[in-house]
Amino acid sequence: MRVNRLTAIGAVVLLVAACSSSGTTPTPAGTPTTGTPTTGTPTPGTPTATPVPSVAAATTVTEWDYQNVDPQTKQWQTVLDECTASTGITIKRQSFPRDELINKVILAAQQKQLPNVLMIDNPDLQQIADTGALAPLTDYGVDLTGLYQNLIDAGTYKGKVYGIAPGINGMALFYNKDMFTAAGVKPPTTWAEVTAAAKALTKSGVYGMAFSAPATEEGSWQFEPWLWGAGGDLSKLDSPQAVQALQFWTDLVNSGSASKSVVQWTQADVESQFEAGKTAMEQNGVWNLSTLEKSKINFGIVPIPQPNGGAAPGPMGGEVATIPVNSDAATSAAAGKVVNCLLSDKEMAEWATLQAYIPSRQTVAAQAATADPNMASFVTAAAAERSRTGPPANLGPNYSKVSQPLWTAIQAALSGAKSPQDALTAAQQAAAAALAGS
Amino acid sequence: MTRVVETGAAAKAAAPVSHQPRRLRRWRRERIVGLLFLLPALVYVLAFYVYPIAFNFLMSLEKYTLKTFVTGEAPFIGLDNFKRLVNNPEFWPAVTNTVWFTVGSLFFQFTLGLLIALFYQHKFPLNSILRALILVPWLAPVLVSGAIWVRLFDQDTGVINFAIHSLGYQGQISWLTDPHLSLISVLIANIWIGIPFNMVILYGGLQAIPRVLYEAASIDGASAWQGFRYITWPLLRPVSTVVLLLGLVYTLKVFDVIMSITRGGPANTSQTLNTWAYSLGFTNGFDFGLGAAAGDILLVVVFAFGMLYLRYAYRENRETAS
Repeated sequence: MRVNRLTAIGAVVLLVAACSSSGTTPTPAGTPTTGTPTTGTPTPGTPTATPVPSVAAATTVTEWDYQNVDPQTKQWQTVLDECTASTGITIKRQSFPRDELINKVILAAQQKQLPNVLMIDNPDLQQIADTGALAPLTDYGVDLTGLYQNLIDAGTYKGKVYGIAPGINGMALFYNKDMFTAAGVKPPTTWAEVTAAAKALTKSGVYGMAFSAPATEEGSWQFEPWLWGAGGDLSKLDSPQAVQALQFWTDLVNSGSASKSVVQWTQADVESQFEAGKTAMEQNGVWNLSTLEKSKINFGIVPIPQPNGGAAPGPMGGEVATIPVNSDAATSAAAGKVVNCLLSDKEMAEWATLQAYIPSRQTVAAQAATADPNMASFVTAAAAERSRTGPPANLGPNYSKVSQPLWTAIQAALSGAKSPQDALTAAQQAAAAALAGS
Repeated sequence: MTRVVETGAAAKAAAPVSHQPRRLRRWRRERIVGLLFLLPALVYVLAFYVYPIAFNFLMSLEKYTLKTFVTGEAPFIGLDNFKRLVNNPEFWPAVTNTVWFTVGSLFFQFTLGLLIALFYQHKFPLNSILRALILVPWLAPVLVSGAIWVRLFDQDTGVINFAIHSLGYQGQISWLTDPHLSLISVLIANIWIGIPFNMVILYGGLQAIPRVLYEAASIDGASAWQGFRYITWPLLRPVSTVVLLLGLVYTLKVFDVIMSITRGGPANTSQTLNTWAYSLGFTNGFDFGLGAAAGDILLVVVFAFGMLYLRYAYRENRETAS
């Protein structure tokens, strides 16, 4: 009898323990962290044997990011390894798929198990800073001088900077030079020229133009250069300029110059279309340079134009380094050192070269531009890029409440479910309702 | 040993009224033992079913956002989430899609499953091997199947369009990107996944029908159709009901098929209540309260049909027992 009761109670205790511990243990990433720390770095087992400078206790920090596919995984690991070497702090890294990272962060925030250094996509920063989960970077002496202003805008929440990216990115039109020469078409500089070029280059098995408009943030991100180029703005999604921009995209699809599949394609899909020679032009990000320059494609780059010429302002991309609030001061101080290292000129240049990003500090960016002429056009564009959460719409933590109706409208118009006007009118109503509910 | 003293004291207290202290003691002990045996199951149900459902329901009455996870604050807002849900222009399309998706899946899964099951009643070479192969859609991980369907449906390079082309149709069917076709495409994939389940259970039901009935009927001059109509169909009814009710619950909760093929798109045209609830919580500004409210609606429907199934199963059991 007694034994039975005890086992029953024991079982309950075990069960409860199992429940609570399963919630707190962060699941390891699908991608194993590559590369062990380089020589001369301390390992967690032997902290005393290594010449760690002034840091009181913490020699290990945890880090989460979404660079979970190669080559980015390896490239980011290289940067982390270099920071381990220079700071003496071991970095325990976990990478998750992009969509999954934010969910992991939410759960970890609830369990107070956030990593010490967290790399997130810049439009998500405001939302997470708004929850109070992040510490201001200035508390850790992060040097903000010489950074692009749009980057500081993106990282600033209520007057304090919570996240800065070591490298930023942007988009342009990549075109296949061979196809353009064969068809006798010049790279486009206005919307009309984009339409004409796309039409002229479309033939059996090859589309003239490719872009990405899935039902995710990627769809809004790819549309924003056209929206802003037309003079539209995120604060009014159904403005005539916004309708003009969406009409432009819709016409490209309806005329057959772009595939109807764009509503499904991610930017990676678009890139494979371009590399496979299935599209003559693509709208894509600077990070593709690292693979394109090694490929056999003879490509050129032009800025995404405004309707009547001139480069359109694009959204600023990039993953920002943040320091989640942590009660252990020593660990936070170590995290601060790591972030400072990531944002140092040296690592910034390293990451930018490996990953084909634009270094966040303008002096470093200028050097990158001289080193690679392809990069130069992106560096020029970077200063005009806008933070999606910043001016002029200043959506801050509410950006996703506008972005989601926007990508839905893009999908509705491109798939033919609604006219661009109707789709954007509905989007504006949905965005207004979402903003009012907040 | 202490236990004996305890119960002894209890028995003493009960002694003046009871003439059977021994039996009472035994009854009590049996009851406690019974409860203890019940305890693991009870704890399991409470921890893994009642608690999450109750928590979800509570969430749907709260302003539960990203901030809640950090600060723990979730202000109670009553039925606000439900009002916002019903007023959302995407609500009714999601409900309609859910109904069509469910009805379409059940109808075709059952009909095709039954036809295939009837076919395998015949004896022919390789019967059992082919029957095992039919199970593949059911055994394959849904995400894998989903990824394959995406390829098959691709409008430029997909096998399905290629086959249609070779039959002479020159147009291009945008299976996944046409707002009028996206729901049908995920429906086709889901029917394909569900056929084996229906086939296996119905095949079992068919095997249980005594052969002699058909022999007797054929002696009386019944046609094959009459055999099906007056023997197979009525005798298969209990199994059919179970298959349909279980299928209904399975279909209402389908999530991975749609997520892996269209993600509810384009422009929410293949969104069901289930996928929509997810997008409200996880992709649309992290409004977990709103997502929970959408989940609640689905839960009530599934629960109602679950009860229906249990009642049916209970009645069947009693009938067979008596």
